[in-house]
Formats: sequence, C-alpha cells, structure tokens
Amino acid sequence: MERENEKVAAPKKGRSHGAQSRPGRTLAFILIAMVALTGGMFLSGHTTPRLGIDLAGGTSITLKAKSEPGQKNAVNQTNMNTAVSIIERRVNGLGVTESEVQTQGSDNIIVNIPKGTNEAQAREQVGTTAQLYFRPVITVAAGAPTPEPSASPSGSDKGKATDKAADKATDGGTGKASSTPTPTPTASQTSQGRAVTDALKADSSPTPSASSSASGKPTPSASSTPDPATAALQKKFTDLDCTDKAARSQVTSGVRPEDTAVACGKNSSGQWEKYILGPAEVNGKDVDKAQATINQQTGAWVVNMDFTGGGSKKFAKITSKLSQQQPPMNQFAIVLDGDVVSAPSVSSTLSGSAEISGSFDQQSAQDLANVLSYGALPLSFQEQSVTTVTAALGGEQLHAGLIAGAIGLLLVVIYLVVYYRGLSLIALASLLVSAVLTYVIMTLLGPAIGFALNLPAVCGAIVAIGITADSFIVFFERIRDEIREGRSLRPSVERAWPRARRTILVSDFVSFLAAAVLFVVTVGKVQGFAFTLGLTTVLDVVVVFLFTKPLMTILARKKFFASGHPWSGLDPKRLGAKPPLRRTRRAPGSSVGPVDTKEA
Amino acid sequence: MSKLGHLGARLIRGEVGYDFIGKRKIWYGISILITITAIVGLAVRGLNMGIEFEGGAVFTTPKTSVSAGTAERSAEAASGHDAIVQELGTGGLRIQISGVDTAKSDQIKTELAKDLNVPEAKINADLVGPSWGETIANKAWTGLIVFMILVVIYLAIAFEWRMAIAALVALIHDITITVGIYALVGFEVTTGTVIGLLTILGYSLYDTVVVFDSLKEGTKDITKQTRYTYSEIANRSINGTLVRSINTTIVALLPVAGLLFIGGGFLGAGMLNDISLSLFVGLAAGAYSSIFIATPLVADLKERDPQIKALKKRVLAKRAAAAAKGESAEAPEAQGEGDDFDDDPSDDEAAAVVGPRHQPASRNRGRGRPSGKRR
Repeated sequence: MERENEKVAAPKKGRSHGAQSRPGRTLAFILIAMVALTGGMFLSGHTTPRLGIDLAGGTSITLKAKSEPGQKNAVNQTNMNTAVSIIERRVNGLGVTESEVQTQGSDNIIVNIPKGTNEAQAREQVGTTAQLYFRPVITVAAGAPTPEPSASPSGSDKGKATDKAADKATDGGTGKASSTPTPTPTASQTSQGRAVTDALKADSSPTPSASSSASGKPTPSASSTPDPATAALQKKFTDLDCTDKAARSQVTSGVRPEDTAVACGKNSSGQWEKYILGPAEVNGKDVDKAQATINQQTGAWVVNMDFTGGGSKKFAKITSKLSQQQPPMNQFAIVLDGDVVSAPSVSSTLSGSAEISGSFDQQSAQDLANVLSYGALPLSFQEQSVTTVTAALGGEQLHAGLIAGAIGLLLVVIYLVVYYRGLSLIALASLLVSAVLTYVIMTLLGPAIGFALNLPAVCGAIVAIGITADSFIVFFERIRDEIREGRSLRPSVERAWPRARRTILVSDFVSFLAAAVLFVVTVGKVQGFAFTLGLTTVLDVVVVFLFTKPLMTILARKKFFASGHPWSGLDPKRLGAKPPLRRTRRAPGSSVGPVDTKEA
Repeated sequence: MSKLGHLGARLIRGEVGYDFIGKRKIWYGISILITITAIVGLAVRGLNMGIEFEGGAVFTTPKTSVSAGTAERSAEAASGHDAIVQELGTGGLRIQISGVDTAKSDQIKTELAKDLNVPEAKINADLVGPSWGETIANKAWTGLIVFMILVVIYLAIAFEWRMAIAALVALIHDITITVGIYALVGFEVTTGTVIGLLTILGYSLYDTVVVFDSLKEGTKDITKQTRYTYSEIANRSINGTLVRSINTTIVALLPVAGLLFIGGGFLGAGMLNDISLSLFVGLAAGAYSSIFIATPLVADLKERDPQIKALKKRVLAKRAAAAAKGESAEAPEAQGEGDDFDDDPSDDEAAAVVGPRHQPASRNRGRGRPSGKRR
C-alpha cells in the first residue's frame, strides 16, 4: 500500500522534462551530435588536437629591437617588457595557443609558437609595430614620381585635376567606389605642389583661405617663398617613389607624430599614392578596441575601431575641422607603421568609432584588428632568425606520461567495475562519450581558435575524469539510497534524479564560475587553463543530462537491472535494502539475515 | 563492492559511522599542525621558481651529435637546476636553465662544451627573461581574488554565509598544504605546477559543495524537530555521503597517482612530477578538508546561532526527560536512528531496544515507512 503511494508520488517529484519522458530521443540526439562532430573533425582534416610547444615543438622567432634615430635609450628593460606582453597578447589573445614570449639578452625577444600555427601570419603579427596615427591629409598624388614634368596647365585645368585626384583618393580611401581604376593624372603636380605649400602655411595658422587656395587659385607669393623645411618636405614628396620599397621605408623612418610627414599608401585598386600629411591628431592609444567586420554597404572587410573617451573627443574635433575643408584637405589618413592604410574623406563630425577600409580580406582584416586591439609596440623590431625547435619535453617523457595515464585509467575502470558492477557500464559509457566529445571538440578548436594542448592541460583533463565520474557517482549513490529505502528501480531512478541533478548543477556551477572568471580576467596560460576547465565542466553537465540520465532510465526498464540481478550493481540485498514491509514481518530472517552473514 | 555497498547502507542509516563532528578538535589540530609545517617549510625553504617565472640562462650550441636527453642530464648536472632542452632547426641545441647568473653561466658553458664535445666559443650564452611575466602573474592574482569574492557571494546565496566561510577556509587550507609540501619536497615550480594549483582550487570547492549540498538537504527542517542537534545531523550527512566521497576521491586520485608514481617515479618523467605532485596532494587535501574541516566548521558556526542553540537545549532537555523516564537506551543510540524528523515516540521504542549491528525484524518497522522527507 505504501509502495503504491510512492509510485504515485514519484513522477510528481521527478518533475518530468523532455529528458526524462523521452529518454530514447535524448540519447539519439546526443549520439547524432557526437557522430556529426566526429564527422566534422574528419572532414576538417585535423584528427589530432594541436599540441603545445612542450609536447610537439614548433617555431622560434628571434626579434631584435631596432633603435630608432632620435630615440636613444628607447631599448630598455621597461620597453622590452611592455613589448613582450603586447606580443604575447597578439599571438595568444585567447590564451589557448600555448605560445611563449620572453626576452633574451638586453634587446632580443623570442617568440615560440607551436607546430601547426600559420607561421607567416604569426611572423606578421609579432613583427608589426602597429603605430597608428590619424593625420589630416594635406595633399595627394600618384605614387610614382612623374617621369616628365608636364606642361603647366591652365588654371581651370588645375582645379579640375586637383578635384579629380582628390575624388579618386577619397574613393580609394573609403573603398566604397568600385569604379574602374584610371591612371591618376599626373598633370596636377605643379598645382598640388603649390597647394601643399599653402596648406602647410595654413596649417600653422589655420585660415579658411587655405582651402580656397587649394581648390585652384594658388597665390604666387606662397610658391615663390617657401621656407626651407617646407621646401625639403616638398622635394622629398616630389622625389618619392612609392613603388620602391626601400624608398618607402626610408621616407617613413624617424618621423615624429608631431611633424608633418610624407607617406605612401595603396588605394583600393592597388595603385600607390603618396601623401603629405599634417601632424597626428589621434593615435593608437586612443583606440579602445578594434574588430574586423564586413561593411554592410560594400560587402568588403573593414576594421572597425572604437575610441576611448578621450580619443572620441579628439576624433570629433579633427573630423569637425576637416569636414569644413575642401578636397583633398577634408581627408584624414589612417597611418599604420608609416603607411597610409586608408584616407577617407570627412563630410560631417564623427566620434566614437572609425572604420579602416582598404584592400582587406578576412584574414588581413582580423590580423589588423587583433594588432590594433593590443596596442602598439614601444619599439620596432627586426626579425633576426626563425628556426624550428623540438618539443621541450622529450619524447620519452610524453611516452612515460601516456603509459602512466593509461595505467591510472585502467585502475579507474577496474575500480568502477568491481564496485558498481552492471552500473559501471553506464559510467564507462558516459566517460567514453565525454572523452570522445572532449577530444573532438579540442581537435576542432585547433584550427578554429588556435587551441593547443600542453602537458598541464592533459593532466587537467585527467583530473576532469574525476569530476565527470563524480556526477555519475552522486547519481548512482542516490539511486542506491532509494533502493535501500525499499523502492524498486524505476521509481528510484526518477526520485534520485532531481536530487542528484541539483547537486551536480550546484557543484559544477562553482567550477564553471572559476573558469569564467579566470578566462575573463587573466591572460596567457591561466586563461588557457580556464578555457579547458570551462569546456570540461560544460561537457560534464551535457553528458550527465543528455546521456547518463536517459541511458539509466532506459536500462532501468531492462530486467537485468530492474530485478536487481547480483551483477547489476543494484541488488537490493547487497545494498542492504530494507525489504518491503509485508515480507519483513513474515520472514525477517530469510530476507535480512543472510545478507548480514554473507557480508560480515 | 558489496561490502562497501553494504557499509554504505549502514552509514546512511547511521548504524555505523564515525563521529566527525565530535572529534573535530583532533582533526582541527592535525590540520593546524600540517598547515604550520607547510608554512614553515615555505618560509624556510621557499619555492624553487622555474625559468618561466624567474628567467635564467639560455645556451645555444652549434650542430652537435649529442641527443637532447643526454644534453639535458649534463646541463642539469652542471647547474643543479632543471633544464629545458630543445633541438633547433640548425641541428644545434637550445638549453634553458633557471636560476643562473652570469658567473655561473660561464662555468656551465665550460662544462657543457666538454660534455657536448663542441668548442666553448661556439656556445652562445645569454640571459632570458621570464615567459610568465609580471603581467600574467598580476592578472592571475586579480582573477583569483575576483573569483573568491564571487564564490563566497554565490555560496552565501545558494547555501548560507557560514558555509561560504567554511568552504573558503577549506580552500585556503588545501592550497597552503599543497604549496607547503611543494616547498618541502623542493620540486621546481613550473607553469604546470600553477595549473595544477588552479585545478585544485576548482576541485576543492567542487568537493566541498557536494558535501554541503547533502548537509543542506539534511538540515532543511531542522528546527521543526527536537530529536537531533545540528551537529548530529551534520555528522549523519557526512557519513551519508562518505561512500560517494571515497569513490570520487579514488576515481580522481587513481590516474593522478598513476602519473605521479609510475610516470614520474618509475619512468622518470620530470615535468610530470611537477604537475602530478601538486594535483595529488591537492586532490587528497581537498577531499579531506571537505569532510574533516569544512563541515565541522559549519556545525561549529551554526551552533552559535540562537535558533540552533535553542534547538540543542530542547533536544538535550528532551533526552534528559527520556532518560529520567528510564528509557536510557535511547539517548546515545538515537543519534544513529530514524531518518525522519517527525516526533513519533512509537518509532523510538522499537528501535531503542536493538543494538546497531544485528538487526532483527522489529527495527525495520520504523524503517519501511517511506516519508517524503527522508534524506
């Protein structure tokens, strides 16, 4: 009579959800997911997780700090350490790539990246100084020096030419126009030269007349008496051949942000253009974060930058000033490591964020965003050597570790089988599912986010076995408690589950909290650890809810388990269960006694 | 299995059990002793920080026929510190040794040249900085502090503030012991060690929470009954989850023990030792502290609560009354009897007559009654 009460009570207490009511479906779901993931793994062509540098070796890049002219003593301990931490973040943004960055000697930095990393990309990332400046454009011209000075064009022509060039530069800069590239007219050289002079003068004492003179009415006095610095700059500008790499790097080296500068940049059609740029108004430090996105209008990859509070104000100031000007002086150039990446024109006051467009593909946009997010290096570096390195841990160590781990796992299996008998099948199957999921996901994360597995992570995964197994143990012990109360198996499973579920969720939440906090707050290897911990914790919950519980529900219907076969691990006698009330009264000795004698 | 399984049944019913709460002073004492030893060890011997934290020297050799393993042994013999040896693409070796200054570096260079059979002038020695720099370390500390604050808040909400405090004490206890033993053994602290410590941080709390969950469930309606004091119920909760605790600890410890004793001890995998020692000690300490430290601590704190104090008074008064009535057998055994809190004297009479070991039929009378409240 009382047992019937329980049966009625059981479903209510069990608060049946989908997982309980349709165990078969849930099981099918997770198995399909598993097969799909495994299939995906084979399709992706990566069947083993990427291993960290300690297990698989990799590439070692040695960088040497360049001392810039005019910046003596820049190569010091502080700057080197700053550079190390910035490079570390660039190559190990999520903390999961297992790259190592350290100083060597007084002016070298070693970057070790594990095997399987895109080496060219990594070299690009670590070598980029990422000095970012926003400079107002003073003038623009085609990249190559004019082979023959053109005949001086008429006044109206001049104006047109300038406008054309400006339009073109604007288009090139924003990347919005897809018009066919036309060779930039070279006729405007003289006129632009004058315009520059004017603009430079105007720059020291800004007057509206600067823009009007640029639009095609050069004042004779301006061109006839240029001051020496301007003349030098203009000569530099005239002589500059942007197609020549050496010339490019020569013209950009040693330029201070507060100076007027000459720089090169490619427009959207891949043509070199040269610029004269005013002093930097906003710099990389004003960028809060950057990310690669697709421009909704053009469908091209761009890098979107969010400014910090101060940066936003500065940017608003410069854009409001520029929007008043005539082309090309309404443009600002985004200069990265001396090169103009894009030079959009401004028509209204902007603040908050800016977009860099250019000839990006997804990879280059993401790389640039990554580099910009972590800031500029205080020094520029030259790649000194690139060499492969073998695993820091010898092969024998890894081998020993694998053998030892296998023995340990075997012991776990033996223990579970001896202790839980039939139930251990469920435990082992769940562990297997968990192991397969962990392996596949880690493997897939290799190419996806550069996840690499190092020895500590492998050991952490082994401890995760304990945490995963604990969920089953909590569940099984609850079931056995219920059986000890004299219930039959099916109600026991349904009654045990809500309680076990709560325990599992409460305790896994603590682990997940640890993982989440450490992942968000820390950097480097701690972050990588947090990622692994979070992953295994989530998988634990997934496996217990979607695999162990449904499997248990299904198996509880099987006679082998339901009847409490001695090898099922659920034998009421062996568990020391109190037999139902009625039987106890009549034959106490036969039901309880033997258990005691047998076990004692 | 069945012996332990049967023991489990009796533990849950409270027929057998260890008085964890009653003997807590002994265990507090033991823990304090171990902790002091650990702290002294830490203070006296200090931690032997690896190259990742302190930097050291790096030696780059020209092409050599000596294997990395041999070079590692000779480098360790020459310096007395752990060495990391990597083969370079050029055929040479890169040997990194921690805790080396310039003077020592010259001496090591000479010895290496001899051992590796290369001219000394061709070995390039340089000092390397830490790869685990200050930024990483500082952020890791920030992360830990934020985590601890959050976890205390979480536990205080999900359970109660006493449990949050006890869990934190247990956590600090585990970490201190692990770090102390590390200092005493003198293994080098590598990144692996730190990762191991962080793993323990998660595991220690996880284990404590599992035990607390059963404690919370056991003491849900505690003020509505007058048979047991909080400490007694807490003790039963521990005993009730003891089988789970033992099983989980064994399952978690077996693979780590494999790594430590077979991998590190037998097969001599140095790096494995660093990781698995911290894991082994930490896991064991974590399981121990949940039972012997955290729960008794909660009971201690709880017994100061006026409500629980009043309960204890009532329980003792009732027991005294019962004893006066001559039912003396009940009081001491009662602790282990009856799962439910309802005050039904008829139950007690049946149970009181029997000793805990041999259970005749009469004892099952009270037992066979299901009541939703039970454990």
